[in-house]
Amino acid sequence: MPEQLLFAMEVTLNGLMAGVLYALVALGFVLIFKASGIFNYAQGVMALFAALTLVGIQQGQVPFSHLINAVFGTEIHHFPWHVPSIIAIILAAGVMVLFAYLVEKYILQHLIGQPDIILFMATIGLAYFMEGFGDIMWGSEIKTLDVGLPQGMNLAIDEATYNMFGYGFFIDNLDIVAAVVAALLVTSLVIFSQYTKQGRALRAVADDHSAALSVGISLRFIWVLVWSIAGFVALVAGIMWGAKSGVQFSLSLIALKALPVLMLGGFTSIPGAIIGGLIIGVGEQLFEFAIGPMIGGATQNWFAYVLALVFLIFRPQGLFGEKIIERV
Amino acid sequence: MKYTKLAAASVTALMVATPVLADLVFPSLSYRTGPYAAGGIPYADGFADYFTLLNERDGGIGGVMTSAPECETAYNTEKGVECYEATKGQGALAYNPLSTGITYQLIPKVTADDIPLYTPGYGRTSAANGKVFSHVFNFPANYWNAASLAVNHLKEVSGGDLTGKKIALVYHNSAYGKEPIRTLEELSEKHGFEFTTIPVDHPGQEQKAQWLQIRRERPDFVIMYGWGVMNQVAIQEAANIRFPMENFIGVWWSGGDHDVAPAGDAATGYKAVTFHGVGSDYPVFDDIQKYVVDAGKAAGNGDNIGKAIYNRGVYAAMLLAEAARTAQEIHGTPDITSSMMRDGMEALEITEERMAELGMPGFGPTFTVTCENHGGPGTGAIQQWDAAAGTWSLISDYGPSDMEVIQPLIEEDSAAYAAENNIEPRCN
Repeated sequence: MPEQLLFAMEVTLNGLMAGVLYALVALGFVLIFKASGIFNYAQGVMALFAALTLVGIQQGQVPFSHLINAVFGTEIHHFPWHVPSIIAIILAAGVMVLFAYLVEKYILQHLIGQPDIILFMATIGLAYFMEGFGDIMWGSEIKTLDVGLPQGMNLAIDEATYNMFGYGFFIDNLDIVAAVVAALLVTSLVIFSQYTKQGRALRAVADDHSAALSVGISLRFIWVLVWSIAGFVALVAGIMWGAKSGVQFSLSLIALKALPVLMLGGFTSIPGAIIGGLIIGVGEQLFEFAIGPMIGGATQNWFAYVLALVFLIFRPQGLFGEKIIERV
Repeated sequence: MKYTKLAAASVTALMVATPVLADLVFPSLSYRTGPYAAGGIPYADGFADYFTLLNERDGGIGGVMTSAPECETAYNTEKGVECYEATKGQGALAYNPLSTGITYQLIPKVTADDIPLYTPGYGRTSAANGKVFSHVFNFPANYWNAASLAVNHLKEVSGGDLTGKKIALVYHNSAYGKEPIRTLEELSEKHGFEFTTIPVDHPGQEQKAQWLQIRRERPDFVIMYGWGVMNQVAIQEAANIRFPMENFIGVWWSGGDHDVAPAGDAATGYKAVTFHGVGSDYPVFDDIQKYVVDAGKAAGNGDNIGKAIYNRGVYAAMLLAEAARTAQEIHGTPDITSSMMRDGMEALEITEERMAELGMPGFGPTFTVTCENHGGPGTGAIQQWDAAAGTWSLISDYGPSDMEVIQPLIEEDSAAYAAENNIEPRCN
């Protein structure tokens, strides 16, 4: 098999894996948009905040220690314990549920009935608030995230492909874990929305707020529920991305990777987020591989948006988005 | 009543007779927030802690207290310029913005405002030419020195010959990251190595394509010019594809403790160029611990002491403080202006004896700044990471960079700047 073809296959596989990571971020956007029509600008910062909280709990960091020390002249930084990863993840998820409750109580509740743009602006404010709050709560230093996820080249794939093609493909173990986690997450979300009472209520709200309210579904409960789920998805995305680079404030920028995925897959479709992520992942990696070297490289960031725009021209609602039909 | 008037007059006379000395102000355009905070925090801490040390231990510089008021730039060029405009009226003596983008914007401003701009190891490399850049100083080394120092080291570990070797540059796709390309191209011609460039877009959170390319092309060595999250991801990706860490060398801005920590043990062996000492085994750090950290006056937690980027902040502050001291001597007054500070920077002399007196023996090179040369000696060493110990170690002596290649490039670039801006060369 020609060498370039083998390389292209390897790039494609890695693109799929990268796409899964993009999809993980995009999922959070989709969940909130689907249930409430809000484009949650704060989703990237939620991933950062969730990861910061996880590491903080895991390492026994005292929240707001800088502030406490500055006000009271103390020198406290850490509790004398380390929390096991699984408990830390559960506690961090709990914090994200509390966060969802507070967002609903202090922001969304007061904006019911307001135009979408107002809700969008509120999430911009929320994003910047959370970034600053996360900084005060956990500090700005880079933190190493270790929840026991495997990293590095998968030797089995390397060996198998080497035996088959004479060239071993590189696939990162972390990406494989991310793909499995994403599959589990999507399956769980589908089962939840199809077969549970709360899931059906969530779908009802997504279809028609007024009709859902008229049959006694609590909009407030649904919003807390959906922001909690989005918070959990943000925690998963934060863990996957944070394991690669450490937890630091640039983590919030992963939201930029989700936007072309949403444009392509549609803002209201969970499968769309996954398929969109895969297409963007493969597309940008293949473009960088084939065309990048001829035009100076570093094409991934802008090419993802070009790809999404091309899809938008032909299908404005995205691949799986709901077609908007408004009758006058 | 008469006595009261007399007392008031006496106090007034005393106040007039004894001039009130304002602080020596060194604004710190820091970034403790945003995607580049991981590097900005230890640098800002080191910079602030050194001036606090001078105040607490020595009563300032020449009897005048110092201050390093911070202005948050978030590594954003526009905010950096705003910070400059907001602080220059506070009696600022010199600026050290820790950003090449901000540096480029400030060069014409500081020249017009007669305030020196100090950019050690970053900024506009050709500003080393003092004949053109009267107010910009980048001693003791610059980006092009770093590229040459890296190549020198790679040549040494290759048995003195790089002919036929492949060297890839992984760089932050910005003005900063592109700085060494020309130098490395020249060095590739001189030494006969094959040179390829691999850009990474801001912020560098995703580098899969770049490292797959490296895996395919199998360069013998990789040089990195990164900053922020790009460094951590690159080191992790290099470990993932099992690129030999000892063949991976970063510029000093890719050589922080926080850059290697997330990759854990896999980062052991990674190297970086440095223009100053590593670790905390210098008397000055004992003093910082005693007078600053233990006294509760540290800018941060005090746990960054000895870390690479913290040390760089301390070193930058020390060189500025020494330049201020020189300015006080030249002009015979402790209360110097920014113009006098510029003179002090241009007459700065760092000797071994002085470094020892400052509690930093051998921490950096000895050098003399002149009107022509604002860039210092351009020397540097190589540091290597040991994850188990959690420390960098110097694995080479401070050596020279290839000024035969670099000096003509400096002359060429600065001449172009002079022509564009109608600058008449000085120092005649």
